[in-house]
Amino acid sequence: MRHIIAVLLENEAGALSRVAGLFSARGYNIESLTVAPTDDPTLSRMTLVTTGNDDVVEQIKKQLNKLIDTVKLLDLSEGPHIEREMMMIKVRAERQDREEIKRLTEIFRAKIIDVTDTSYVIELTGASKKLDAFIGAVPEGLIVEVVRSGPTGISRGEKGLTV
Amino acid sequence: MALSEAQSVGAEPGRPERSGVELSGAEIVVQALADEGVEFVFGYPGGAVLHIYDAVFRQESVKHILVRHEQGASHAADGYARATGKCGVCLVTSGPGATNAVTGIATAYMDSIPMVILTGQVPTPVIGSDAFQEVDTVGITRPCVKHNFLVKDVRDLAVTIRKAFYIATSGRPGPVVVDIPKDVTDPNIKIPYDYPRDVKMRSYNPVLKGHPGQIRKAVDLILEAKRPVFYTGGGVVLGEASGQLTDLVRATGFPVTSTLMGLGAYPMTDPQFIGMLGMHGTYEANMAMHETDVLIAIGARFDDRVTGKIEHFCPHAKIIHVDVDPSSISKNVKVHVPIVGQVANVLADMLKLYRELAPRSEEQPVSDWWAKIAEWRGVDCLQYDRSSAAIKPQFAVETLYKVTGGDLYLTSDVGQHQMFAAQFYPFDKPRRWINSGGLGTMGFGLPAAMGVQLAFPDAQVACISGEASILMCIQELATCLQYGLPVKVILLNNGYMGMVRQWQEFFYESRYSNSYVDALPDFVKLAESFGHVGMRVDRPADLEAAMTEAFAMKNRLVFMDVIVDPTENVYPMIAAGKGHHEMHLAPSLSDRELA
Ligand SMILES: Cc1cc2nc3c(=O)[nH]c(=O)nc-3n(C[C@H](O)[C@H](O)[C@H](O)COP(=O)(O)OP(=O)(O)OC[C@H]3O[C@@H](n4cnc5c(N)ncnc54)[C@H](O)[C@@H]3O)c2cc1C
Ligand SMILES: Cc1ncc(C[n+]2csc(CCOP(=O)(O)OP(=O)(O)O)c2C)c(N)n1
Ligand SMILES: [Mg+2]
Repeated sequence: MRHIIAVLLENEAGALSRVAGLFSARGYNIESLTVAPTDDPTLSRMTLVTTGNDDVVEQIKKQLNKLIDTVKLLDLSEGPHIEREMMMIKVRAERQDREEIKRLTEIFRAKIIDVTDTSYVIELTGASKKLDAFIGAVPEGLIVEVVRSGPTGISRGEKGLTV
Repeated sequence: MALSEAQSVGAEPGRPERSGVELSGAEIVVQALADEGVEFVFGYPGGAVLHIYDAVFRQESVKHILVRHEQGASHAADGYARATGKCGVCLVTSGPGATNAVTGIATAYMDSIPMVILTGQVPTPVIGSDAFQEVDTVGITRPCVKHNFLVKDVRDLAVTIRKAFYIATSGRPGPVVVDIPKDVTDPNIKIPYDYPRDVKMRSYNPVLKGHPGQIRKAVDLILEAKRPVFYTGGGVVLGEASGQLTDLVRATGFPVTSTLMGLGAYPMTDPQFIGMLGMHGTYEANMAMHETDVLIAIGARFDDRVTGKIEHFCPHAKIIHVDVDPSSISKNVKVHVPIVGQVANVLADMLKLYRELAPRSEEQPVSDWWAKIAEWRGVDCLQYDRSSAAIKPQFAVETLYKVTGGDLYLTSDVGQHQMFAAQFYPFDKPRRWINSGGLGTMGFGLPAAMGVQLAFPDAQVACISGEASILMCIQELATCLQYGLPVKVILLNNGYMGMVRQWQEFFYESRYSNSYVDALPDFVKLAESFGHVGMRVDRPADLEAAMTEAFAMKNRLVFMDVIVDPTENVYPMIAAGKGHHEMHLAPSLSDRELA
């Protein structure tokens, strides 16, 4: 099953490589990993998406918790939560394709953020599935470049993942 | 200082602390070690640590032991830690110094041994420029340490060293590397020194006490058990819980088996001890594992050399598992009652509750089960040919036991000799059997023995080894001479990498590919050339007298080249992919194979 796990880490040099190293050394799947500082400059927050059966995911969480730099960890998939990923996608946009793509952009509530005579850059934020759907909807052969941030997530309700 | 105390107490009290004085980074390193109560630092100098070596030279509280190879430093510190329960300490230079130490760091990591390794690094301004003797020590060691640090500012030095000791010795112990760039130890930059007594880390809070509800569940299971077994491991030794284990085992009257790493935590000569389990465990221990209905795992990590094929592991059992590291629990085998906590605390709580709840009765508990175990014991799975004209390795270990009266610190290298020692030398105390189990590092034994002998100068210390293993750190004979360490090397010389040869005999139709150790040195002359006493024995009848003579030389290192039967194999043996009930027994018992 797919799990999205949020981790608060000490904002120390090397913390990221400890996590990456853990996944490669133990052969765990890692679909995406994003990390950035938080409002508290001593903490970074990492969101990672992994897949595995319950036992494997349990081990992944234990191993992450065991890292000395890990302050707190939450498996967002265990409760109601919101996931967002950001994508920028560059497409070829000429003649009748320009209108077609503009329409698509509106349907998906995306934004065109760069325009040339022959291309658009479109920005789209949403659940990863929505981003997949957008890519699927772009007519064959028009995609030049796709860049995705990897999902981040937050739990619903008033409780937060803080120290 | 016991490990459990280390968590709250901080630096050892009673040491002169030089608070407030101005010290350079190099002086801080050495003073911090003194404030930690470190007796010995095992090390080897080089460019990046010269400032530190100069500070070592100008003080007396920390004694530096000059090894002959950095692998020796890390194993010696490890041996010291295993024998004493204190933190072992190494000091090596950058680049090759650090890489040479890695094997010893990984060895300590796999067996959860508390160690702090100080490595020199190139100066901070040139890090990343492929400077002379630069390696990414933090990167190289990351997967084989509990934690590591790169100290970039002299003001962080003291607190980082304190954290390193705290992390290394608390929770599940392990090695911690502190990488120190040369400019951080600059003798001309002095700052006020204050050694922090306590560290608090919001990201690291090892569990001490077990959950009462879980302990209750465990005791309920124990009370219902018909065919129980205690399966104990290195965690009992590491957690100083030998006394608590012994009390609980005696109170319940249950059989107890141990992993290679836990030997001695429960007295091996006691009738309730049914031998080691696992690949080369006893018939009775492995059969008991196969038949048990309640398995009580204490400080053991369900290693594959212990479980055999997971599908066949304890097929009838409810499993209780006590471990300080949550990630050890249900990692390889799913357990029914997990208990996270320090083993000494949990065992004490379990015993208290057991005493409250257990019915008073005179008859022996689980007597049917003991009758079954007695049958298995009757197989006499460790039998060997006692009339052999060649010295059998088993006989050599038995003789060692006799000559030392069981009062010995025994370190080991890796191979058949290691297994024979585990099977034939019954240790009655923890921390007496010192070997590399998890990594299985040849070359461990001799340097580890140095660490033990330094810790206990008056104790009998021996290293059991093979002619292949011993050559991997033979240079440490010089260290032994320099510091007058009267270790007894018991070399079981079978002319082969016996353990490799055994696998080739069993699984590769006796194609002995590269397992014959050709061109061996004359070990007697070799020992003599290092300034020690060499002896060679090749007849069973001479062995006891020779060993007695060797151990009588209290102040000399004696290297005993014991020529043993080159064809002997270690039995019982569970081949890879087999279950506990599928042991190979010795040929003399093979008609009873697979009972
Ligand atoms: C040639 C060879 C053959 C071998 N054959 C065998 C064999 O036949 N049988 C065998 O048993 N082994 C054998 N081994 C050793 C094997 O590889 C493992 O090293 C060993 O089985 C692990 O022992 P352990 O489970 O006690 O774990 P250890 O590595 O000692 O781990 C200790 C466990 O206790 C926990 N712990 C630590 N401190 C505490 C504390 N204070 N409180 C609570 N828990 C704590 C740790 O988290 C860990 O889970 C062999 C090795 C070699 C090299
Ligand atoms: C550093 C290292 N290299 C290789 C091995 C694999 N290995 C395990 S046992 C063994 C043979 C050991 O031979 P010896 O020291 O003579 O001991 P014996 O088995 O003959 O008693 C080898 C090569 C190892 N454990 N460690
Ligand atoms: Mg050999």
